[in-house]
Amino acid sequence: MLYLSLVFVFILSYSFYFYGKKRALSLKFKKNENLSSLPDYYGYYVVLLVFFPAIIIWFFLLIFKSNFQEMFVMSPVLFPDVATWSSGKFGLIMNKISNLSMIVNLSEIDLTVGDKSILKMASESEIIAAKNLANFDKIYGWSNLTLFIILPVLLGFLATKSISGKLNAQPIVEKIISYVIKGSSYIAIFITFGIFFSLVFEAINFFRYVNFMDFFFNTAWNPNRAFVINASEGFDQEALKEAFGFVPLLTGTLLIASVAMLVAVPLGLLTAIYLAEYASSKVRDIAKPIIEILAGIPTVVYGFFAALSLAPFIKDVGEGVGLPVSAESALAAGLAMGVMIIPFVSSLSDDVIKAVPQSLREGSYAIGATKSETIKKVILPAALAGIMGSFLLAISRAIGETMIVVMAASLRANLTFNPLEPATTITTQIVTSLIGDVEFDNPKTLVAFALGLTLFVMTLILNIAAITIVKKYREKYE
Amino acid sequence: MSSLEKRLAAEKRFKFYGMFAMTLSLFFVLILMYKIFSTGSGAFVRTTINADVYFDPNFIEVSSNSSKKEIMKASYVDLADQVINQNHPGLDEENFIKVREMYTRKFDFQLRDYIANNPNVIGKTVNLDISASSDLDQIVKGNYPRNVPEAQRKINDYQLSILDSLDSKGKMSKTFNFWFFTNGDSRDPETAGILGALMGSFYALLICFSFAFPIGLLASVYLEEFVKPGKITDIIEVNINNLAAVPSIVYGLLGLGMLIGVFGMPYQVPLVGGLVLGFMTLPTIIIASRASLRGVPPSIREGALAVGATKMQTVFHHVIPLSLPGTLTGTIIGMAQALGETAPLLMIGMVAFVMEIPGGAFDPATGLPSQIYLWSESAERGFLEKTSAGIMLLLSFLIIMNTVAVLVRRNLEVKW
Repeated sequence: MLYLSLVFVFILSYSFYFYGKKRALSLKFKKNENLSSLPDYYGYYVVLLVFFPAIIIWFFLLIFKSNFQEMFVMSPVLFPDVATWSSGKFGLIMNKISNLSMIVNLSEIDLTVGDKSILKMASESEIIAAKNLANFDKIYGWSNLTLFIILPVLLGFLATKSISGKLNAQPIVEKIISYVIKGSSYIAIFITFGIFFSLVFEAINFFRYVNFMDFFFNTAWNPNRAFVINASEGFDQEALKEAFGFVPLLTGTLLIASVAMLVAVPLGLLTAIYLAEYASSKVRDIAKPIIEILAGIPTVVYGFFAALSLAPFIKDVGEGVGLPVSAESALAAGLAMGVMIIPFVSSLSDDVIKAVPQSLREGSYAIGATKSETIKKVILPAALAGIMGSFLLAISRAIGETMIVVMAASLRANLTFNPLEPATTITTQIVTSLIGDVEFDNPKTLVAFALGLTLFVMTLILNIAAITIVKKYREKYE
Repeated sequence: MSSLEKRLAAEKRFKFYGMFAMTLSLFFVLILMYKIFSTGSGAFVRTTINADVYFDPNFIEVSSNSSKKEIMKASYVDLADQVINQNHPGLDEENFIKVREMYTRKFDFQLRDYIANNPNVIGKTVNLDISASSDLDQIVKGNYPRNVPEAQRKINDYQLSILDSLDSKGKMSKTFNFWFFTNGDSRDPETAGILGALMGSFYALLICFSFAFPIGLLASVYLEEFVKPGKITDIIEVNINNLAAVPSIVYGLLGLGMLIGVFGMPYQVPLVGGLVLGFMTLPTIIIASRASLRGVPPSIREGALAVGATKMQTVFHHVIPLSLPGTLTGTIIGMAQALGETAPLLMIGMVAFVMEIPGGAFDPATGLPSQIYLWSESAERGFLEKTSAGIMLLLSFLIIMNTVAVLVRRNLEVKW
């Protein structure tokens, strides 16, 4: 029904374009009024006045559907003391009602007769509420549909009625569109604010449970200790102190990212040098897109590959030479991640190397340097800043990467710098803490936001540094 | 060695390193593809056991003139057991269970679907290919070794002997596994399909596109055509570049914290997934669209302005249509990235076990990559195949989308 009403809004706006235009034309030709704008603009004028209010209201109804659902189901008529309930109790009852509403033959239960088996589980008002909930979608859909037939038609006729020769539609239409365009470009800023505030807000909630210093400087990570001891005592403060120590996650993240960089930096940089300086254009045209395929492969594929083939392979090789290698070693995850990052390093460095002016190369050849000497002593130093920028972007990619480490790295925190041992990362722990029950009043869930905020800040600093370096570098040779 | 020889040797070495690095990178692409295709190809084939099925009215609760709804609701477990007894006469209770395990657990559903499609079959005998269980399937495909002690095998000796006798009678065969493309997820590998995840991804991408494309296009028009460079544009520009590099998992946290936590949107639905993917794709689209707008030569704008068009008419009648192919290319590439993103879907709960195929953006669903993740976490060998096959499907969608992007760029883009 919601989609149907959206379709209606589109159809009605489209037809009102012709209606508005027709009205303007009839003013001109039948009543001989002079129009201030082209007739098309009267059509647009009506469309904008129909479309935007309707679409905004449609969006609000969509977004707040669940709120309406709660208002509809939890009416004070059924539950007189609903205003005094805590949010936890409210959620519990709401859950119970929505489960009840799934009962297939709910509508056949006759409360006047009294089906005792069901009444044992739920109160009478809960069953009525469940029946209401079962009907809610229908009622909501139909009322939505009616609203979205009446509203655009009403707006459309009002707008059409206001058309006269004196009304200059064109500036009005252009003004509205310019606001829409401006608004669209601010959405990017809203998203940043949205990210920042949703992270900060929940992270602050987390730091209500856990001391700031404990979080950043403790070396033990056992979030499972942070369960409620019992309802009245709340959380065991001593256990909370010990539960969330960020240090092993940081070392694990850095360990896996370093392994990845050890793979990606030499391979990526050498590939870039070869493609930019040595390869014939034929080789370049074939090899470059193939390597860029590596960047387009979803990370879940790398994760699967790392967990299925790479990790057992490394384990076998390690045991073959007598080294104890964990099945979830940081090495496997890091290697897969390194392969994923190669194209980031290679294509960015490639651009940077190609941007070095030809005159530098020629000057170097002129004094008798070989190609490799020119590359090592002239081109790379000249391109150093840009290459560093590409490394920084690659590091930021590596610490933010999620699926590879979720699938191939360990879940258990381990304070180590040995790549053969298991290690866990920030992103892995964000995922594990949010899988299963998500409760916004539990530090075990909230810690994900504190970790997310840390990750966001870390990558933000790296990105800004990289972008500034690359920009400065570009300006140097432009 | 003279110093020149040394230098030339160093030159050769350096060139070799470069070539080696490039070849190694290409090799990684190959090995990845090989591994996926070699493990995944099995999922498109299903082992079946040929059996004579007598649709005995005594074991069927419905008759041939029952309504479709009644047929779908009735139970066919007894009928399935009866079919096994008929095809394997003289089983005692213990062996019966062993034989039953060789057939798919959803045997009764297969019979139900057959009756629903051919209600007149009741009372007749039909020769049907019944799907084998996943473990038997894996033995037949050779993924489980036969020559290990019985305790280490999922298929015991008795079942192997039955398998061999069926095989010698020519009753074992392989068919194309349609179920993989038409079913939702299932606990049993042999009946698990990808359609539910595919639809989930489809709805999410639909939402993602309808959010990110118009807004990205208009935002880039504003930044390129309507404002003069200044502080605010600088802020927006840095902001967009940053958003493009924010880890995807952080977008997932945004979806969870804001869309679900604050706005109260439902958990694990494509609507939220699509919006989060839309947030992620927006910077990609804006960057591509701006580059494409910048490519439209100023003479076009000046020409339009010279004949009296307003700024708005110039932009909407001339500049945007000319830049649209470039914007579309960027959008398709952005959507391809969004299709492969898994982490945000994990955050907003689109990784649950969902059997039903979602009918809209409000139904609980998984996405294609999150389904791959879910299957990869299962221990059963049958799901390993499914995971690889899912990856193959995902990769082919990505290849299609990228090809379309290349075609759009090559054929529609205006060269100046």
